[in-house]
Amino acid sequence: MAGGNGELKLLGMWSSPFVTRAKLALHIKCLPYEYVEEDLGNKSELFLSSNPVYKTVPVLIDNGKPICESSVIVQYIDDAFPGVGPSLLPADPYERAVARFWAAYIEDKVVTSWAPVFRVKTDEERAEAVRQTVAAVEVLEGGLKECSGGKGAFFGGDSVGYVDVLLGGLVSWLKANEPLTGTKLIDAAKTPLLAAWMERFCELDMAKAVLQDVDAVVEYAMALRARLAASAGNN
Amino acid sequence: MAAKEELKLLGVDVSPFAIRAHMAVVIKGVSCEYVVEDLSNKSELLLSSNPVYKKVPVLIHNGKPICESLVIVQYVDEIFSGDGVPSILPTDPYERAIARFWAAYVDDKFFPVLRGIVLALTEQERVEKATETLAAIEPLEEAFAMCSKGKAFFSGDSIGYVDLALGSLLVWIEAIRRMYNIEIISASKTPRLSAWAERFGESAAAKEVLPEVDKAVQFGKMLEAAASAAAASK
Repeated sequence: MAGGNGELKLLGMWSSPFVTRAKLALHIKCLPYEYVEEDLGNKSELFLSSNPVYKTVPVLIDNGKPICESSVIVQYIDDAFPGVGPSLLPADPYERAVARFWAAYIEDKVVTSWAPVFRVKTDEERAEAVRQTVAAVEVLEGGLKECSGGKGAFFGGDSVGYVDVLLGGLVSWLKANEPLTGTKLIDAAKTPLLAAWMERFCELDMAKAVLQDVDAVVEYAMALRARLAASAGNN
Repeated sequence: MAAKEELKLLGVDVSPFAIRAHMAVVIKGVSCEYVVEDLSNKSELLLSSNPVYKKVPVLIHNGKPICESLVIVQYVDEIFSGDGVPSILPTDPYERAIARFWAAYVDDKFFPVLRGIVLALTEQERVEKATETLAAIEPLEEAFAMCSKGKAFFSGDSIGYVDLALGSLLVWIEAIRRMYNIEIISASKTPRLSAWAERFGESAAAKEVLPEVDKAVQFGKMLEAAASAAAASK
């Protein structure tokens, strides 16, 4: 069965929020692993052969077998180590469906609207992407209400679950959005539940252990933006 | 299935997402009321069951809605399981991860460019999207060999998760061939997928659920018109 021999390797890049998701899941399950920081400008053989389709991080390698795509990795960690640490997905099938729905929402609406903020070249395009992301986050507030169902403080109820991990991986970047664009993505005035969630999440040991320093993320994103602007200037 | 289980599926015949959900229910052999929605006049039930997206499919199980096609498929797989009931997702965690990876690939990489062929506003754009689609199908041709391990479907002997994810698009792949003479799956370029597509189409569940290709062609023409109109009004 997968995960028996304890040889887990995570290929990642320090700033990637998707890698952070994998680290959070591994931390929750108390699973030891070897972390390999990939140089995305000079990708290793192992990396390229483990993720030939996308050539992106994270890649989890379990006893030589690669798993790609952060949400797939997190679900794999939950599936492959059932007796180890807490479950990330709820036990009830309907609650699982609700969790999966909101996980998909985060990918399809929040992340998809937001990614262009870091890729586009004009301020107008960036503002539009931010606007769409804010709108998506406002809907997610409803998701947190539905998932936590009065039971507790997280999408997973009393404790961190699948959706918390997927959103949690993004937290340093969520916080970085304000210094980078002038807009708070999670604003207590507009999305009080999510704002409280973020505070609560950041207090957890796993967050303290795993989340990137926000200033480092801001610096990284600014450098990225400068490079993009420079290449635009050269066109 | 327990007595008094009420299953209702809101869908549209030509929607690949509704096709996935519908086929999953048929594969499980459970009885389900299929309600065809008029997308230009969505029912109160649809709007209240899927307030976030207001889209089909929506599965309503004993009054509780489940939305998003792959979420529905996984839910149906988990709720209706046991001796003699076919499984849609594999039980092995690694195989599940591979299945989830390829289903996500279909939705994230393949579907958007496939749809782009129909929504293209110029011939040049259509050719671009077709080229991208032909590139996007190649990893799936390779994946079939790896996943099927010589058997009939991505999942093995019977239709599974990735089969549903990609198979639900076959009607549109054929519609695109008829509309634009663009062959996404062909015996010469994608022989494995070509043979798999035939087997998929011959399955009992596909025969029960898949609409006539001409329905998709008609719908495609409507989408084309809507896309042009939207562009013209900008």
